[in-house]
Amino acid sequence: MSDTWTLKASEISESVSRSRREFLRSLIGAAYYRSLFSVSVPPSTPGSQSPNRRAIVVTFGGGCRDEETFMPQGQQNIPHLLMELLPQGAIFTRVENRGILGHYVATASLATGVYETFDNFASVPPQFPTVFEYFRRDLKRPSSDAWVVAPSNGFNRIGCSDARSFGPRYGAQVVLPKRFLKQALASKKTDDYEHLLQDNYETPLFIPQIEEPRISLREFAEVLNLSVTDFVTNALTLSSPDELSLYVAKQLMRRYAPNLLWITLHDMDIAHAGCYSLYIEAIQRTDRLCSEIWRTIQKEPEYAGKTTLFILPDFGRDSDGSVGGNGFQHHRTGDARSRTTWLLALGPGIHENTVVDRPVQPLDVVPTLGALLGFDPRMARGKPMSELL
Amino acid sequence: MSLPIQAKHFNSYPPEARRVATSHIELLRKLPAAFTPLLLQQVQEYDWRFPAERREIDQQLKFLESLSEADRRRLFTGFEQLQLPARLIDVKWVSSPEEFSEQLSQYLWSTHQIDAFHEVSSTYLKAVFAAMPNQPPAAPRLGIAVIGKGVERNSYPLFRKFRPHGTHFKNVNPANGLKTLLAHVADRAAANPSSFNHWYIDGGPAEPASNPFLTNISYSGLEPNRLALLRKIDRAIHDGIAGPKALLSLLHRLQPEEIGFDTAGKNGAIVSHFATSLLTSGSGTQIFSTSFVQWTTRELWRRAQPLTILARFAPRQRQRPMNELLSGDEQTVEMDAAGSLIDADMGAFYMWLDQQRLPGAEKASFLIWFEDHQEAFVVCPSLPRNTESNSRVEMHWLLAQTG
Repeated sequence: MSDTWTLKASEISESVSRSRREFLRSLIGAAYYRSLFSVSVPPSTPGSQSPNRRAIVVTFGGGCRDEETFMPQGQQNIPHLLMELLPQGAIFTRVENRGILGHYVATASLATGVYETFDNFASVPPQFPTVFEYFRRDLKRPSSDAWVVAPSNGFNRIGCSDARSFGPRYGAQVVLPKRFLKQALASKKTDDYEHLLQDNYETPLFIPQIEEPRISLREFAEVLNLSVTDFVTNALTLSSPDELSLYVAKQLMRRYAPNLLWITLHDMDIAHAGCYSLYIEAIQRTDRLCSEIWRTIQKEPEYAGKTTLFILPDFGRDSDGSVGGNGFQHHRTGDARSRTTWLLALGPGIHENTVVDRPVQPLDVVPTLGALLGFDPRMARGKPMSELL
Repeated sequence: MSLPIQAKHFNSYPPEARRVATSHIELLRKLPAAFTPLLLQQVQEYDWRFPAERREIDQQLKFLESLSEADRRRLFTGFEQLQLPARLIDVKWVSSPEEFSEQLSQYLWSTHQIDAFHEVSSTYLKAVFAAMPNQPPAAPRLGIAVIGKGVERNSYPLFRKFRPHGTHFKNVNPANGLKTLLAHVADRAAANPSSFNHWYIDGGPAEPASNPFLTNISYSGLEPNRLALLRKIDRAIHDGIAGPKALLSLLHRLQPEEIGFDTAGKNGAIVSHFATSLLTSGSGTQIFSTSFVQWTTRELWRRAQPLTILARFAPRQRQRPMNELLSGDEQTVEMDAAGSLIDADMGAFYMWLDQQRLPGAEKASFLIWFEDHQEAFVVCPSLPRNTESNSRVEMHWLLAQTG
């Protein structure tokens, strides 16, 4: 198995990476790391890092391809990433996802640092401890210090695992903004609002019935420091579920200033419907929202100068040349392009304008967060990304 | 490990499929348990398969029977090495191979064996295709995509992905363009009259087509079936169906009659099963006409391997929430012509890619026209690549270049 990957997929992912790298270097005149110069990272001692250090992770729960982003014909879709964020950060051009290419299970793998193997469509918690549990348990942080904002009902179990010695008492608070909006609109005619309520583009004809949220709509509004009416009024000025997620994330940042915030964007997964124009629009929107998140970090005193921002798609999408797929529409073939993506990191101590060539895995995010924030993700299987530490 | 297959396991198969499976029962008993249901999944649908698909199934079985014991064992080494649980090595899957395929896929992903499976499948298919005679098509294939219906002005750069492969015509006389194209495909059907070899697909209502061998499917024509399907799904969800997978299984089991198709006649049954599969297996095809047209062309090239496809993309509905769409109430549908043009430009490119995967690709031609406008693009052996032409040309002239 791993030999197969090493021999074939690896060559393709190297070529994907090379094209990104060459383009990026020409664009930003970037310095770049070679693995030769990597240094090993000393094991972190829980609590040894500054308690004010913060991290925000933004994942795209709907992969995107180089053709629509980093390749010449796609660059017009990501002006903010290219011109504004890349020059300030370090980009890993070769992130290889060897797990299951379903959004919930892949995001859970990102959050645990282990390739989770559960059914992507099942409402189950991750099997291994999540980054939120390590963080809160090791650093003795309150529940208000770790949050997840996710667009899809399928993500309602992402906040904590069912691992022994961990679990709900150390988990993150998970906010599914659309669910609350739906509750708020339950008594109204929803024709004007329903465009915000889509769920699960991968199986668009199915609307999951899930357990009731742990907090009521009124409590949720209180969490955001808003009245229900204000929440609805603001939400209805937004054009997509991801806009709503960002709005909620900003409210959380102002109200609680959590040290660990995880935002999963999902609009671009509309690609599953097969409409190229809608997929492109969603990429452009996501690009803008990433910029807005970074600007918010710079504007908020609790975050400015002490926050590391990670941005990464959970995986790619099928290549046009993959016979078993249908191009951009899905991520079902498991081909190298659907598995190879990128990661951009910005924040204090990160070398700006840097392109990192060596292959990394999504599993490396949690150990890197552990080294940054000072907790020990002992069951995670990735390795810290030394270039960010 | 192989499966103790008996003739009774094929009792639920339709007549032709049962005949084929029974006549190869000795072979099926010798194949690995991880592979047999996958082969039977193709056989089970034999009655509704296109002639090209039947030919491939027959050739595949003939090839496997021609192998010596040692060669067969060598060919299937990879399948034998897959680590499967006992529940997937069970003769019961012979009767329900479709379900096996879903379960196998889920298991392979969760145990990180999916790459190994792709590898062994690819090795197997290469061996099969190497052994099959490479039959050239009866005439060079022609694909035609008509895009942009209803768009008056456009600023989106069309045909970008095609450019390295052919000639961009910027001064085509659009008068009677569609009529000319339809007449041309009807002529091709008359010149090579055989069932399922010539197709006209329309993302809106179909234009009259004048040859019995030109098979036609239109998105508007399928509206009653689409709405019946959406109602069925809606009902299943409200009745508390277990989850997306259960819903997909329900869709895969759906028979054409259940959503209002008429299956009378041999060809009628094949076309209605095909159309049902477009709506139940395609993603977005139930909702967006552009996705429907693209997916239909993909499935036609792959399955029917026809000589001719004319695909006309039409405006799809504006993106609306799934809940609203599921209601099936299309009274207030707004169309998105500009977005549909972008969808169709990409859809046409995929249509060409799929055409290129068939035997005879080097002689095949492809024409894409921005409907009622002066822009067209042609990929064919007689025209240069990466070239632009501003010369005034007629649609007849473009078609003549495609041979």
